[in-house]
Amino acid sequence: MKRTVPLLITLVVGAALIIADFVPHRPFGTLGDDFSLYFDIIAVFAFILGGGNLVRVHIMKLSKKRKDWPFSIVTLAGFFIMLAAGLLKIGNPDDIKGDVAALGSLFSDLYISIFTPLQASMFALLAFFVGSASYRAFRAKNKEATILLVSAFLILLGRTPLGLWLTEGIPDSISFLELPNLANWILDVPNLAGQRAIMIGIALGVISMSLRVILGVERTYLGQDND
Amino acid sequence: MSNGQTTSRYTIERLQSIDRRIIFVFIAAAVIIPLLLGASLKEETTPIVRALFDYVDHLPEGSRVLLSFDYGPTTAPEIQPMVDAVLRQCIERKCKLYMMAVWATGHNLVGQTIEEILKSEYPQLQYGQDYVNLGYKAGSQGLIRLLVVDFKRMYSTDAAGTAIDSIPMMQNIGNLKNFDLIFSFGGGFPGIKEWILYAGDPGHIPIGGGCTAVSAPLLYPYYPSQLVGLMGGAKGAAEYENALIQAYPKFSNMPMAGMSLMMSQTVSHIVIMFFVVLGNVLYFIGRNRNASTKPGGEK
Amino acid sequence: MLRSLLTVCAVAQAVLLMLCPAALCQSDNHDIADSVSDHSTAAMSLPASVTGVIAADSRGDAGGSITVTWKKSSDDGEGANSVIGYTVFRSENPDTGFVSVGSSSAGMTEFEDATTDDGVTYFYYVATLSDAGSSPSPVSPGTRSSAQWFNSRDVDTFVIGLIICLAVIYFIFHARKGRKLFLRKIAGLEAVDEAIGRATEMGRPILFIPGIMDMDDVQTVAGITILGRIARTVASYDTKINMPVSRSIVMTTARETIKQAYVEAGRPDAYSDDMVHYLTDEQFGYVAAVDGIMVREKPATCFYLGAFYAESLIMAETGNSIGAIQIAGTAQPAQLPFFVAACDYTLIGEELFAASAYLSGEPKQLGSLKGQDVGKMIAMAAILIGCALFTLASITGLQSLLDLATAFKSHFSAS
Repeated sequence: MKRTVPLLITLVVGAALIIADFVPHRPFGTLGDDFSLYFDIIAVFAFILGGGNLVRVHIMKLSKKRKDWPFSIVTLAGFFIMLAAGLLKIGNPDDIKGDVAALGSLFSDLYISIFTPLQASMFALLAFFVGSASYRAFRAKNKEATILLVSAFLILLGRTPLGLWLTEGIPDSISFLELPNLANWILDVPNLAGQRAIMIGIALGVISMSLRVILGVERTYLGQDND
Repeated sequence: MSNGQTTSRYTIERLQSIDRRIIFVFIAAAVIIPLLLGASLKEETTPIVRALFDYVDHLPEGSRVLLSFDYGPTTAPEIQPMVDAVLRQCIERKCKLYMMAVWATGHNLVGQTIEEILKSEYPQLQYGQDYVNLGYKAGSQGLIRLLVVDFKRMYSTDAAGTAIDSIPMMQNIGNLKNFDLIFSFGGGFPGIKEWILYAGDPGHIPIGGGCTAVSAPLLYPYYPSQLVGLMGGAKGAAEYENALIQAYPKFSNMPMAGMSLMMSQTVSHIVIMFFVVLGNVLYFIGRNRNASTKPGGEK
Repeated sequence: MLRSLLTVCAVAQAVLLMLCPAALCQSDNHDIADSVSDHSTAAMSLPASVTGVIAADSRGDAGGSITVTWKKSSDDGEGANSVIGYTVFRSENPDTGFVSVGSSSAGMTEFEDATTDDGVTYFYYVATLSDAGSSPSPVSPGTRSSAQWFNSRDVDTFVIGLIICLAVIYFIFHARKGRKLFLRKIAGLEAVDEAIGRATEMGRPILFIPGIMDMDDVQTVAGITILGRIARTVASYDTKINMPVSRSIVMTTARETIKQAYVEAGRPDAYSDDMVHYLTDEQFGYVAAVDGIMVREKPATCFYLGAFYAESLIMAETGNSIGAIQIAGTAQPAQLPFFVAACDYTLIGEELFAASAYLSGEPKQLGSLKGQDVGKMIAMAAILIGCALFTLASITGLQSLLDLATAFKSHFSAS
């Protein structure tokens, strides 16, 4: 039973949703949207599970004074302060009826003064890591790596005004050799062709994987093996 | 093998595995110094950005433009200049602006944008007549699918809780097909791709986009059949700003955020290229030395 | 999970859209922008009204919608070139009570009124707008909207999707009868056991990141299925696994998967719920926490299998800096270069979806991979034929060939 019921639900819902895409008439047409909403409702309730798990893990860490326990105080404080600010709409100019993120509310202040700089800092790490990764990875070790290296160079140059400046004097008859044009060509032609091929492969992979799940051939995700 | 050779090989190996924090310092300097100096660079508008600009520039007065803020503070430095430029152009074209977010983090950014652009630069615009803030709704691509069928089922109020039917510019909005153009800003999930797949294609609605430079190559395949045009990263923003200034000279004295990022981007590209060249030079020196010290060895 | 099933059709459609080879060389959208009138030349006389206004029930929908079409004004893009747009009016009475239901840009000849009630008869007229005023068209004959049983607009998607699905299903159920399938070696999957063994030898944990999306993303499902295989090896080696997640439903699913793997390995007592723990739904908050775990716990092996966005390189570079063996897999093309640069092995796109079949070695699952190849054959044939037709039409200049190419393209194109 533990295995059959979820498999049946998957089969019926999967088949119904595929039908729903091609049969607009009620009750099929709205099935897709309804199931999307059901998923969101379940996900919202599941958040209580997640939030509860986070709080439990950090309270345990605090109470047992495990390694790095002071960080748990920051986590728990951040969690409860933001939750209270959003739920109770503390400092909201229109009180409890107003927009949760109205300017002047505690939620908005925390968002602007803490959340925004923290998020931006994390994302900014990408610039540094791109630098260190390219230093390590872009080595002309073989033919393919050399092509990759040359393309990367042309795009790095072509995507900045420096590229235009360096090749500005090129006659119009061979203007395709201007660095911005070369960079655009690499993006528009070989990159686009490659991206399309990967996307077609992925889409077919998704179809095959989904059918395996719908038909119950793949059931590892259920916590059961099918060997 | 001599001591000298050993030392130089050791130096090369050390340099090849240079402490990445040294690279970080150079990149930080490359980004921060141009920003502090306030240098900015103009960008020639490429066809994919030009197509988007021209499309907006040909929208008739009163056209309904939906702008979805599908980004957060993380990517705001790249995306916000695009939003600002598009808003200014749409207002010049006298379009009606409908702003919403399918990202929770986009909700606040709609409010900030209204304060910083609409209320401060265009105080004559009236809320509910010229623009509306519909706020954030959860549901990702499911939300978009629903909006194609029935807009008001999902948005019964605006962000401030005002009943949607009492807002004049919402009167004739039945679903997404009633919009003349949809803009999605942000290349993550849900974002431009989901707007194309779940709104643009099934509803035959023109979609325009602005995304981070990282996401742009992924979205190029959708242009021009499924995407009117695309701004990719700070460069895309600077190109759009350039087109805006050319078409509307009144903006030429205004500081443009996208253009001001381009000097930083240029210098940091040069720094990365320098390190890539350095890495390769060291790699070849190291390889040649290895080959010369191991005669007959595998090359 | 539910929505992943739902997306099958959308994805099938995406395949078709991607198949459109002509999109590479044709620029349709500019037609609209180019044909829009130049406002500065607006004449001060009323524009010519539109003709041929027809209102008809919108095709292949769930009702509640009528499409109004017309032949554009002779002053739209030509003549006085004064048209700035069209406004569509509707009434339930052909003589009176008309109200505006929306507007279209100049150059457009269609408007979809999606605010109708099924079964009610509506009449429409279209007003042509210019700076000088508007000119109404004659009223259209009455029309009602209704729901259809088949979405005729998606017939091409349906047919090609059906062929691909049937091929996959056929090969799944006939796999046992056929010969042993040849599968090229996927280095990243071959290295899984070695990576787990290394962590065991070093006495350090394994970190498993299932991406940042929920169970409704099929990439997460693929990641969790691979987790099932990995967890069984982990359980038998008695290695520690640490799995921080960013979605609550992924947490519950992953716990079930790992628990079952431990039961099958005969070590149910070694399983603990704490192996899988929730951090935050917020993308960069999650990355910060994962990076912190990496730097503090120094896992010997990191798996990144699922849907990743900008966080891919931040995590993979941190993993690289602590010297972990890293195996990544995602179907996010934009993140693949980052993983390739920073990880030891990367499963590219479809390899992620093939991984569970590959690791299981079960004929039925492997059969589904063969079914995929039928889809690839269709894609390749469509691309070759499309390119050949357009190239021939361009070389010969024959209109009939161009028409044929355009007709062929329309079966694989969204617009």
